[in-house]
Amino acid sequence: MSNFPVFDPASPQAEAIRDLFVQVLWISGGIFAIVAGLICIAIWKFRSNETLPTQDFGSHRKEIAWIVAPVIVVLWIAAISAKLVLTYNAVPQAHPPGQQDADLIVTGHQWWWQVDYAGTDIVSANEIHIPTGKRLRVKLSSADVIHSFWVARLARKMDAIPGRENFIWLQADKVGTYTGRCAEFCGTQHARMNFIVVAHEPEDYEKWLAGEKTVPPAPTDAKALAGRSTFLSLTCSQCHAIAGVSADRSIAPDLTHLASRRDLAAGVIPNTPENLRRWLKDPAAFKPGCKMPDFKLTEAQLDELVAYLETLK
Amino acid sequence: MSASSAEASGETPSKDPVSGRLLSWVSTVDHKKIGILYISTALVFLGIGGLEALLIRVQLLFPNNTFLSPGLFNQMFTMHGTTMVFLVGMPVLIGFQNYFVPLMIGARDVAFPRLNAMSYWLLPFGGILLYFSFMTGQAPDAGWFSYAPLSTKPYNLMPAQDYWIIGLICLGIGSVAAAINIFVTVLQCRAPGMSLQRVPLFVWMSLMTAILTILALPALNAALAMLMIDRLLGAAFFEPARGGSALLWQHYFWVFGHPEVYILILPAFGMISEVIPVFSRKPIYGYAFVAGSSAVIVLLSYGVWAHHMFAVGLGMGADMFFAVGTLLIALPTGLKIFNWTATMWGGSIRLTTSMMFAVAFLLEFVIGGLTGVMFAAVPIDWQLTDTYFVVGHFHYVLIGGTVFGVFSATYYWFPKMTGRMLSERLGKWQLWLWVFGLNATFLSQHVLGVMGMPRRVYTYAEPGWMALNAIAGAGAVAMAAGTLVLLLNVWVSLRKGERSGDNPWGGFTLEWATTSPPPPENFDVIPRVESRRPVWDLDHPDSADSKFEKTPEDNGWRPDKSVTSVWAFVASEAMFFLLLLVSYVVFNTDQTGDIRSASVLDVARTGLFSIALLGSSFTLWRAESLLKAGRIPQFRRWLMLTIVLGSIFIGGQAIEYYGLISSDVTIDDNLFTATFFTVTGFHGLHVIVGLIALSILLGLAVKQDRNVLSGTALKAVGVYWHFVDVVWIAVFCIIYLRFLQ
Repeated sequence: MSNFPVFDPASPQAEAIRDLFVQVLWISGGIFAIVAGLICIAIWKFRSNETLPTQDFGSHRKEIAWIVAPVIVVLWIAAISAKLVLTYNAVPQAHPPGQQDADLIVTGHQWWWQVDYAGTDIVSANEIHIPTGKRLRVKLSSADVIHSFWVARLARKMDAIPGRENFIWLQADKVGTYTGRCAEFCGTQHARMNFIVVAHEPEDYEKWLAGEKTVPPAPTDAKALAGRSTFLSLTCSQCHAIAGVSADRSIAPDLTHLASRRDLAAGVIPNTPENLRRWLKDPAAFKPGCKMPDFKLTEAQLDELVAYLETLK
Repeated sequence: MSASSAEASGETPSKDPVSGRLLSWVSTVDHKKIGILYISTALVFLGIGGLEALLIRVQLLFPNNTFLSPGLFNQMFTMHGTTMVFLVGMPVLIGFQNYFVPLMIGARDVAFPRLNAMSYWLLPFGGILLYFSFMTGQAPDAGWFSYAPLSTKPYNLMPAQDYWIIGLICLGIGSVAAAINIFVTVLQCRAPGMSLQRVPLFVWMSLMTAILTILALPALNAALAMLMIDRLLGAAFFEPARGGSALLWQHYFWVFGHPEVYILILPAFGMISEVIPVFSRKPIYGYAFVAGSSAVIVLLSYGVWAHHMFAVGLGMGADMFFAVGTLLIALPTGLKIFNWTATMWGGSIRLTTSMMFAVAFLLEFVIGGLTGVMFAAVPIDWQLTDTYFVVGHFHYVLIGGTVFGVFSATYYWFPKMTGRMLSERLGKWQLWLWVFGLNATFLSQHVLGVMGMPRRVYTYAEPGWMALNAIAGAGAVAMAAGTLVLLLNVWVSLRKGERSGDNPWGGFTLEWATTSPPPPENFDVIPRVESRRPVWDLDHPDSADSKFEKTPEDNGWRPDKSVTSVWAFVASEAMFFLLLLVSYVVFNTDQTGDIRSASVLDVARTGLFSIALLGSSFTLWRAESLLKAGRIPQFRRWLMLTIVLGSIFIGGQAIEYYGLISSDVTIDDNLFTATFFTVTGFHGLHVIVGLIALSILLGLAVKQDRNVLSGTALKAVGVYWHFVDVVWIAVFCIIYLRFLQ
């Protein structure tokens, strides 16, 4: 079922929706079978003959009888959806006083996701790490146009809208990596605005968290040092933040722990030194229209930059 | 009128046959020719929109395809959606309504033939404006829904978006004009004996569609006007970064957009409600239920728009409210499926191509309807909205419903329109190509949605999505081939098709009582109508409906067409102003900053000018009663006074604007000025239009014009003028007196 994330839930929220969907699918299938059956029988049984059929203008009683069953079905579907809307998937807007309003703050950008871990300085991009078994409150917003945050196996879809804050629950019961996508059309690279949710065992999550909190040590290697000065002397640092190196900006993904991420450019290519080099050389080759310019870097600059960025573990 | 229409329809020989014939099409005001123009134009755009669909399918054939650039792909799906809705779906349906509504109600033409021509010509004009965007280097690329802020200037610098806005405003005006025409035609031009409860269901559905169009399109027009003011004049209605609202656009768009779905489907309901009874040789089962349930759909369709917005986070209450509304709307629709099936039940069914398309409609539309019900279960929508599941769902509705309905009607009515039969053999080819294509393409897309494929992505990386996309592509090719078969069929039939005679199918309704094709002015003698199936009654005197199924008699009353049309127009305009005023209220509940209504508006001065405007309503009322009393000179004097008072108001507004603009208060300052200038500016424009109309009346009155002196023209303009005054009272209370703040 891994090809069918909607049918392969990994959280109580997504599971509730799957169960509802399956039930409504069966109901719909049944209705279709009845209607299609009646139509087929009518066509077969009453195919053209020479005698003039009885001119039947209809009956109010039959019409009303016919509407009873659909009314029941519709009320039933309304009831079971309302149950979900009010329970499992209730939007977590009200939060207990004294508590932070969210555990995670996710901000949509054209075309990447910024992830802030509330209560820490950790800022990441396109990768959300969570502990298993814990229901997390996620605050969604957008820095530019409307995006939509969707991890089919874990949670409902919710739009990230500029000037608004939306909240959803995010939870994973099993360790694993879950694909997320932008689901609202947001411009040229809407197709390449993916992210992953990585669920760890709670103790592994703590380890990961500790790792993220430490700033990677300054490079010692000469090549990497040269790369760092290239990073600062070109305009890279105008948009990208690296803890301890360039200021905190939310124009482009934070690179503090770039080398530890799985993918580059919002899920476009695996994060390997070769791919990083290719990406730096010509971002538009992977993501035409993306906001990162082609700096026309020389081969030497590319080597140095990759050497430096690879130290950001 | 009658002379010009006979001349325009090309029946009179011209000196130069070719240019004469062409000219007759360009200058025609005959509803049948205009109908054919609408249908042909829609067909041209169907070719273009279909080509765009094929390009989309080619790009998605396999992962990481680079056939289309991302930008071009986005332009293609934007233009595909816009084209199919505004340049194919609506025009083809309006075309059939134009052709057949007057025929089916035994009228000689629509109520306003020249307005009809104008409505039609706005269609190619709007279409060309929209497609002219390609000349600027790129077509619009923000989607047919053009969600803000993606469609606003900071994220969309190209002029293409402006062409999209202006093209749609043009098309919107044309659609409203056409709808008002159909509305008045059905109410006013029915044959003697045809009470509203006896009109054919296609006519009834057209009436319902007209009401929907009149009240829904202004929501789009208001949103488009605001977006245009954002883009061209620097306001920020839809720019959150400057205080605007991203969601307001969505609300307005779907207040239009959901009724639009019914604008596209109700006429198709009407079509198969004609076809199924004729080919079952039975009357429609439960006429009153089919008609009544459509009226219910019209009412409910205004209360379900936010089901397009379940994922924007409106809150549980709103979600459930709109979910219940949406589920309720399934009931009147489901009821119709029962009626159509029951009509076939016990009949004598002839499976002609037309009937087969109607049956295919039933089966496919039920699928689209059921997936629609799934989306009304809010949590399912949360998972599947904005995925290919939605794309599959609404294509089942729009192709299985609208397109199959139109194909069914094409095979049914082509003989009437041309006097020749279409080939049944080619028809079956077309049918099966389309049935295969529809299911191959859109069933696959349902599955793709469940597999997690979002809509509007120009490419994907998942190899697992490839097979189904390939099947979807094959389906698209089949549908394109089916369309070519139709064109071939029409081509062959027009040349050497079998002659059809007046009533080849044994049809029931009045269009079959005249020749094929009908002559200009349609009927030699308009038959008296005594039942819902006048032609059946003539053909089967022994089992005539008038004997067995009593229907309400026609009391003979018909409303005045000018006054009715102005009321319909005023209803449309009221909707437009309502939405502009809603924007004002939304954005001005708590004003901050230096430029506020309290700080820049001179309430006393505007109040004074308002008295002039309100006074003009009184003087116009005086003028009307004087005209009725036949006191022409006094009437002219009071009419003159009305114009003077109206002009004083406009003068006052000009002074106010001058004062504001010279103290640097302009439309792009903040949301107060944006809403203020938009609301008062549009109101001022309406006053000016009213003044022009009144001046024309005055001029004609001086020339002793019979139409003016008969009073109906003045009454019609009067309705409009009083409406403009009522709007001003609302504007004055909300903006100047700061009610609701």
